[in-house]
Amino acid sequence: MSELNSVHPDAAKLEGMQHTKQYDFRLPEDYYYRSGKGLSKEVVEKISYMKNEPEWMLKFRLRALEIAEKKGRPKWGPDLSGLNFDDIYFYVKPSERQGTVDSWDEIPEAVRKTYERLGVPEAERRILAGVGAQFESEMVYHKLKEEWERLGVIFLDTDTALKEHPDLFKEYFATVVPPEDNYFAAINSAVWSGGSFVYVPEGVEVPVPLQAYFLLNAQNIGQFERTLIIGAPGSKFHYIEGCTAPAYTTHSFHSGVIEIICQEGSNVRYSTIQNWSHNVYNLVTQRAIVHKDASMGWLDGNLGSKVTMKYPSCYLVEEGAHGEVLSIAFATDGQHQDAGSKMIHAAPHTTSSVVSKSISKGTGRASYRGLVQIHEGAEYARSNVECDALLLDEQARTDTYPYIEINEKTAHVGHEATVSKLDEEQIFYLMTRGLKEDEAMALIVRGFLDPVAKELPLEYAVELNRLIELEMEGSVG
Amino acid sequence: MNEKTLEIRDLRARIVGGEEILKGVDLVVPRGEVHALMGPNGSGKSTLAKIIAGDPQYEVTGGDILLEGESILEMAPDERARAGLYLAFQYPVEVPGVSIANFLRLALNARRPEGDEIGVMEFYGKLQKAVQALNWDESILERNLHEGFSGGEKKRSEILQLLVLEPRYAILDETDSGLDVDALKVVSQGVNAARGPDFGCLVITHYQRLLNYIVPDKVHVMVDGRIITTGSKELAMELDQKGYDWVRQTFVAAAAQ
Repeated sequence: MSELNSVHPDAAKLEGMQHTKQYDFRLPEDYYYRSGKGLSKEVVEKISYMKNEPEWMLKFRLRALEIAEKKGRPKWGPDLSGLNFDDIYFYVKPSERQGTVDSWDEIPEAVRKTYERLGVPEAERRILAGVGAQFESEMVYHKLKEEWERLGVIFLDTDTALKEHPDLFKEYFATVVPPEDNYFAAINSAVWSGGSFVYVPEGVEVPVPLQAYFLLNAQNIGQFERTLIIGAPGSKFHYIEGCTAPAYTTHSFHSGVIEIICQEGSNVRYSTIQNWSHNVYNLVTQRAIVHKDASMGWLDGNLGSKVTMKYPSCYLVEEGAHGEVLSIAFATDGQHQDAGSKMIHAAPHTTSSVVSKSISKGTGRASYRGLVQIHEGAEYARSNVECDALLLDEQARTDTYPYIEINEKTAHVGHEATVSKLDEEQIFYLMTRGLKEDEAMALIVRGFLDPVAKELPLEYAVELNRLIELEMEGSVG
Repeated sequence: MNEKTLEIRDLRARIVGGEEILKGVDLVVPRGEVHALMGPNGSGKSTLAKIIAGDPQYEVTGGDILLEGESILEMAPDERARAGLYLAFQYPVEVPGVSIANFLRLALNARRPEGDEIGVMEFYGKLQKAVQALNWDESILERNLHEGFSGGEKKRSEILQLLVLEPRYAILDETDSGLDVDALKVVSQGVNAARGPDFGCLVITHYQRLLNYIVPDKVHVMVDGRIITTGSKELAMELDQKGYDWVRQTFVAAAAQ
């Protein structure tokens, strides 16, 4: 750490920053309040108290805790035996200046370089690095904010939304993912903190994507964020969670819940690229309820983490509803990405499409776990699932677990899966054009992911490409 | 030996662990010249091309390859490319999801020092020039590398890349195979556009036909892993009329005596 001392005047704060990979660093703990380790009724009560929440939310949390205790952990899926709740702080209230410094220049060079290499948009970079002071994008943000307010769009962090819009909040909260749904959703319900709240009123089209980094603060990027998104009838918008900058956390457990309500004729897209540090158990519930003629699209990129379990879902509950999942998973040494999707067709003429691309490298393991369910009476429902896996070397592993349940004769369901290995001839060809071996491999991987990446706004696609390059570096001996 | 040459010196090689295919090849291609390498199927022409490019499927068991006096045997394929070598493949691979424009930008930047990436205008200028030389439409640049390309389009793409990357030495491995006359003319036009005092080229072909359009300075004939004779462009004509059996009888027999 002596190197840091020389570049950073406040080096004590950075003590304990560990480099496990060049881009995999942690900021020091600097908290205002922290619960004891482990999960208990007292911890949950304390959280609610610290947040000064209404009574109903406290009751909700306590009920969720009971449900979690009753349910126990899932008995399927990846190995979670390394996840020990007794070692985890379930609530950390950040201080006002959690890990912050006053200017970008005070950030240690190693950290700055990482962000630069990642090509993280500068504004986002600064927030993620904990620069609490002013930055240029504040102007941009305020301009956008005025525009949103003019349109009647509500875009707040979830804690603030609970205070400022209690009725709207209560009407929709936990209606898509109730605590009973699954163990990790119950845990999240008991201890949630932060996340985004979005409400777009009837008929409103938001031209610029709502980007979570505008709201980022220490609370917002917590372990147990709770995001609630409501698209009123005929609304249209794109929400982006750009968490590509890794490992701003010392937490080893992340369990978010994302609930989306797509009302009649609305068109909602949710995009996220996540790159957690390699010690994190990332267990997230993402679900949308899609009403008549509405359309929901999930774009989900999973890099990093130790174990990820994430299955964005669409419940197509009314006629003509459409759901889409585009997902990318990249598993490297020691990682297990268990990702997929759920499409529940509960009404006639509902349609869904899933495109999943996974890459496994080293001892990494990428699994696709997907469910397509067509209920009786969901006449002429159509679903198409395509999952492609790319293995970068001999020991890498991929599995596909497709579950298809069809209870309707007129339904049409397609499922296609491919597994390919990195082609030596492609690598040789690209090398004869001057690309180094790892560059050639990275290019092939990017090409493989292109059908998904091109759905991302440019700056995020660029970020994704850089991340892949970083993951591919050192692939060659 | 002239420093500005690509020189193959008594080269012996085989598929890793296999039988010897090249049994002592000697060949010199100076910059500024176009040489043709002809020979019957299985004589080792394509093997030679791949070995020069550094294909790891093959191993060199003897001899040397010198690029302007320096041995390149220990260099990886990408290092050879950056040193100025180019191979137009007989069967170019497909790389899904990678546009030609994006790929060429990366390939050009790989030749430049880090932080000195090619400017947009300069890059676009190079692409435009190359596309025009091949009577192609610019939309080709946005297509993914050889994905869904016809055989002829793939060959044209190999020449497009050659024009953009501007190597000092190029080896064209049966670029004419599978082309109709029109495509052959277009491809030849592209190669001729690359010709100049700083460009050396080895054109591998089975037939004389291509050499009507790309007129060589010299013609080498390869049989059974060796160059058995070298001559002027007239040798190609004669070969075309009399066939490879004539070459075998005349030159292999002569060598045996």
